[in-house]
Amino acid sequence: MRAVDGVDLVVRRGETLGLVGESGCGKSTIGRCMLGLERPSSGRILFDGADLAGFDRAAERRFRRRVQAVFQDPFSSLNPRMTVEEIVGEPLLVHGIARERRERLRRVRALLDLCGLPGQLVDRYPHEMSGGQRQRVGIARALALEPEFVLCDEAVSALDVSIQAQIIRLLEDLRERLGLTYLFIAHDLSVVRHISHRVAVMYLGRIVEIADSEILFADPRHPYTQALLSAVPVPDPEIERRRPHRPVTGEIPNPADPPDGCVFHPRCPFADARCRREPPALRAVGDGHEAACHRLEDTVMAGGGDAAGPPATPARLATSTSTGRAT
Amino acid sequence: MAAPALPEERDRLPPRRAGWRQFRAVLLRDKKALAGVVVLSVFVLAAIFGPFLSPYDPNDMLFEMMAPPSLAHPLGTDDLGRDLLSRIVVGTRISLFVGVSTVAIALVIGVALGLVAGYFGGWIDNIIMRYIDLQWAFPNFIIAVYLVAVFGTGLLNIIVAISLAFVDDFARVARSMVLTIKEEQYIAAARTVGVPTHRIIWRHVLPNATAPIIVQATVSVSYAILGEASLSFLGLGVEADTPTWGLILADARSFISRAWWLGIFPGLAIMLTVLAINFIGDALRDFLDVREVAER
Ligand code: SF4
Repeated sequence: MRAVDGVDLVVRRGETLGLVGESGCGKSTIGRCMLGLERPSSGRILFDGADLAGFDRAAERRFRRRVQAVFQDPFSSLNPRMTVEEIVGEPLLVHGIARERRERLRRVRALLDLCGLPGQLVDRYPHEMSGGQRQRVGIARALALEPEFVLCDEAVSALDVSIQAQIIRLLEDLRERLGLTYLFIAHDLSVVRHISHRVAVMYLGRIVEIADSEILFADPRHPYTQALLSAVPVPDPEIERRRPHRPVTGEIPNPADPPDGCVFHPRCPFADARCRREPPALRAVGDGHEAACHRLEDTVMAGGGDAAGPPATPARLATSTSTGRAT
Repeated sequence: MAAPALPEERDRLPPRRAGWRQFRAVLLRDKKALAGVVVLSVFVLAAIFGPFLSPYDPNDMLFEMMAPPSLAHPLGTDDLGRDLLSRIVVGTRISLFVGVSTVAIALVIGVALGLVAGYFGGWIDNIIMRYIDLQWAFPNFIIAVYLVAVFGTGLLNIIVAISLAFVDDFARVARSMVLTIKEEQYIAAARTVGVPTHRIIWRHVLPNATAPIIVQATVSVSYAILGEASLSFLGLGVEADTPTWGLILADARSFISRAWWLGIFPGLAIMLTVLAINFIGDALRDFLDVREVAER
């Protein structure tokens, strides 16, 4: 099965790239390939110019120390039979960073502190903690090896809205302090918006639009991005009433058997004969802004998307995620 | 400053788990399990201290033959004039030992096979499961009889035969657990962190597969005790003068119409042990299930 096709994704050092799409669009496959948990059937994953597929044991060990991940579900991403000390300390142990227990415990406490957790949680089991605490433990584990790149795979999707905002703030804060690079995968545009420098939108295994975060939200060009955005309500009722609505209609097609031509055409309000025949390639529409659509000239939204919305604040994030799931 | 947890999130610390205390509470509520623990404890004591507890030497043929239960011989004597109570008490050791040791061996081999098959999949899985399926097609007891026929009788051979006969049950349980656990995110997380495969299997997969394996073990122990009894009954068991429950029962075969106690009491010992273990197993399963639910 071809989950992902022709995806060219570059994450620059120090930036946060958001990757958004409906479930089943292949974004998680990309994540698993990037972590080296799955091998791409064709194509390559380059890290610092080196191909993951060509790594020997030593290179893989070095890679593991530089690339880490925070997973979606804080219930299932922590082994229920291990204490926090064992979970966060395990990377230190298997990489021989802190073989001695006392030293390991000291580092684990420091990592918990870094993630805003009290040190006495070390002897807890995952089911003895709240969802937010669990996710912080997951983050502490990812940071134990002092990575440069952290993949956040739906890292906040399973959490309560108020906790989501806290975790996002923690991730932003850690990025600043530790100089991390993130790839932030989510199905919800509003989650990605505040943390990402650039955002890529995926549909059926293809990248349909990529742009700097502000540009994408102010001036979405691909009809699919526009549809996703219009599903996110704007808190100001005045703007909410005036802004154009173009919700996605219809079902997501089977990714194993994508439509011919532009994969979005069965659900696209702009689709014409050419769209059914020819797959569109990514085209530049602005500075660092690319979209894959034949009719980009016709898709400019009146009113410029929701650019008139209030500035990004965590409170805003909370309200928009509570009502607007982008699918 | 790292974004601190909001106070209300910090305060919501659920209570610590108290595994043993919880299990004791389950036992006190579940009268069947409590009875099981009491009965089993008696038998375990008999197994350990049997030779000191038994009123007479189990092989002394000094008494009146086939005497009905009396004060001197609470369970009567057998056809050779041996004290039945002494024989049952001393026999407890071998019967329980066979039950426990065979299951321990079967568990180690079966779980190892199941873990490897389930975790690695592919051709390794195919080879192991082909064999397990083959064994699965025959009842355990038939396999044990067959193996004893091949190896010959004797205590050691019986243990080997019964152990091998139970391997497939454990392999199946372990493999099906691995298949679900393998998809959990904590396995992906462990691989991402760079945990070596053997440690993933040992620290991440196995501890999460214990509940059904323990339950399977309690079921198997009772079958193994029955298995030893059955093999001995068929004359495929241990040496003729070793007192085991199965052998005592087998010896009683021809005299049951004349001396009912010869059949009833060893049968009762087998039945009580098997029941006790099954009741404990049920309670254990409930207990582990509850905890599983609480973790979700
Ligand atoms: S190429 Fe055609 S069908 Fe595809 S998104 Fe653009 S307008 Fe719609």
